[in-house]
Amino acid sequence: MWFFLVRRVLYAIPILLGVSLVVFLMMKMVPGDAADIMIPPEAPKEVAEMIRARFGLDQPVHIQYVRWLQSMATGNFGTSIFTNQPVGSELFSALTNTFLIATPAVFVGFTCGVLLGTLAAFNSGTWLDKLFSSMAIAGVSLPHYWVGMVLVAIFAVVLNVLPGQGMGPEGFPGSWEQIKHLVLPVVTLSLIPMGVISRLVRANVLEILSMEFVTALAAKGLRRRNVLLHIMKNAAPSALALMGLQFGYLLGGSILVETVFNWPGSGSLLNLAIFRRDIPVLSATILVLATIFVAINILVDVLQTLIDPRIRR
Amino acid sequence: MSDQSPIAVLPEIDALKRAVAGKSYWRRVGEQLLRDRLTLSVMLLLSVIIIMVLAAPLFATHDPTVGSVLKRLKSPGYPGHWLGTDEVGRDLWSRILYAGRYSLLCGVLPVLLALLIGGVLGLSAGYFGGTTNSIIMRSMDVLYAFPSILLAVAICGMLGSGIGNTILALTITFIPPLVRISETVTTQVRAFEFVEAARASGARPLSIMHFHILNNVLGPILVYATSLISISIILAAGLSFLGLGVTPPDTEWGLMLNNLRQAIWVNPLVAALPGAMIFITSMCFNLMSDGLRGAMDVRM
Repeated sequence: MWFFLVRRVLYAIPILLGVSLVVFLMMKMVPGDAADIMIPPEAPKEVAEMIRARFGLDQPVHIQYVRWLQSMATGNFGTSIFTNQPVGSELFSALTNTFLIATPAVFVGFTCGVLLGTLAAFNSGTWLDKLFSSMAIAGVSLPHYWVGMVLVAIFAVVLNVLPGQGMGPEGFPGSWEQIKHLVLPVVTLSLIPMGVISRLVRANVLEILSMEFVTALAAKGLRRRNVLLHIMKNAAPSALALMGLQFGYLLGGSILVETVFNWPGSGSLLNLAIFRRDIPVLSATILVLATIFVAINILVDVLQTLIDPRIRR
Repeated sequence: MSDQSPIAVLPEIDALKRAVAGKSYWRRVGEQLLRDRLTLSVMLLLSVIIIMVLAAPLFATHDPTVGSVLKRLKSPGYPGHWLGTDEVGRDLWSRILYAGRYSLLCGVLPVLLALLIGGVLGLSAGYFGGTTNSIIMRSMDVLYAFPSILLAVAICGMLGSGIGNTILALTITFIPPLVRISETVTTQVRAFEFVEAARASGARPLSIMHFHILNNVLGPILVYATSLISISIILAAGLSFLGLGVTPPDTEWGLMLNNLRQAIWVNPLVAALPGAMIFITSMCFNLMSDGLRGAMDVRM
């Protein structure tokens, strides 16, 4: 088992190298480089050359890549060409804000998803199953940015009970005002994990229900509640794994929901960087988000190996 | 965005049952579908949407680009504009029709392209195994390291907005999952004895792939691709919503949603309408995928 775990963690190194290469190539594909954006077209040629040299843009591409990778790996994300602020600190506070909505969202989504999926599976074929299954399929098919807008329309415009924009007062959320700002984004983000997880749980529970050990347990005279426990134990690993993956998707994919709610997270940072053509911020944000996603995937695999002995090789 | 976890697929290769029934696989799939009323009505609705959108000039009541300052943000039911008007007074119904062209194009085309590229890559990876498999699958692992929205946004953000870049970005986003599923099913089918028999009788790799493998893997891959279309439509509209996709004067459901965002404080109902179209279309593709899965007897 330890061999499997070590191998899984070590496999992240080539993946991350590949990811950095992809991000770097995307950076190079941008029409014009960072210097073109900073330097006004009427600037003298010497000044342009000087700025290029300062950022190492006069070097061959492979040396640029190695240098860029070196600074990224050591946590030096460079400075924004728009605000002149270090990218690292901006990125850190944005990521914290994204975590603030993604974490509760994935828990809400997981709880609702498991509940809906299990209930649907146990009542398979009845109207309850149909209702819950259609809720799940709606959760997967809903454009969540639109749901965000609709929720704002209902709760902020018509009913005027919840704030629809921003994250309220600064600081760690503890006050009522700050929690109120969390509600709508969290509900919006939790829809996709809810749909995906409940569909998986329903299918899994149905499959387990048809297995012989369940019949054996019931025949043995075990109470319904205890049989349920056995079933949940078997359905848990894959649902937990999916929850981990969904958390990764929410962190990396919150850009749409953050735009709707003007939530100052990593997605908003990304959006801003794109429109300012702020390449250092853009590449660092993409790289960090992808790295976090890889790390979450590894964590999920490791946890799954620990929980479910069948996966160990 | 949605479940992209590796999926084990066991294609139905029940030759005996088929022989007894005396019908081909696709014929049975067709008969199954005809009995499935939900899937049939969903497909009907989809065809209606597609026809209306393609023949937009026939069904549109107004020029989608001409607005009137006096008739801004009218609610559905306003005389002359049965679905209301947008933020510059353009007819919402006509605009939704014209916008649907780009929404469907950006939703369906990337999946088709990715199906072609990813299918070929996955089939080769699964059939040849060994080094070919390692090279293809490991490079897909790199693309898998990006959450799908992030990858699409990153490519569009770096390359700039526009329909071409949107389609390119979404195609790249959907290649990895399609490669993975084609590889999984191909590896499974390859292990069957009829493939071994074909090889032993001297068939070339290409003809084995064509006659023995493709027919058996097509079902699961197509079912999976239809479910990806629903994600693709949401993502394509999402990119336009961010201002990274289709650019004015062309319009698209996501872009309409973006333009109407501020109007939500004035007329929430009108602002929400284009999103409803995204939802309905995406839901239809999802339900159709479920129906096809049932009819083709694909277990995922």
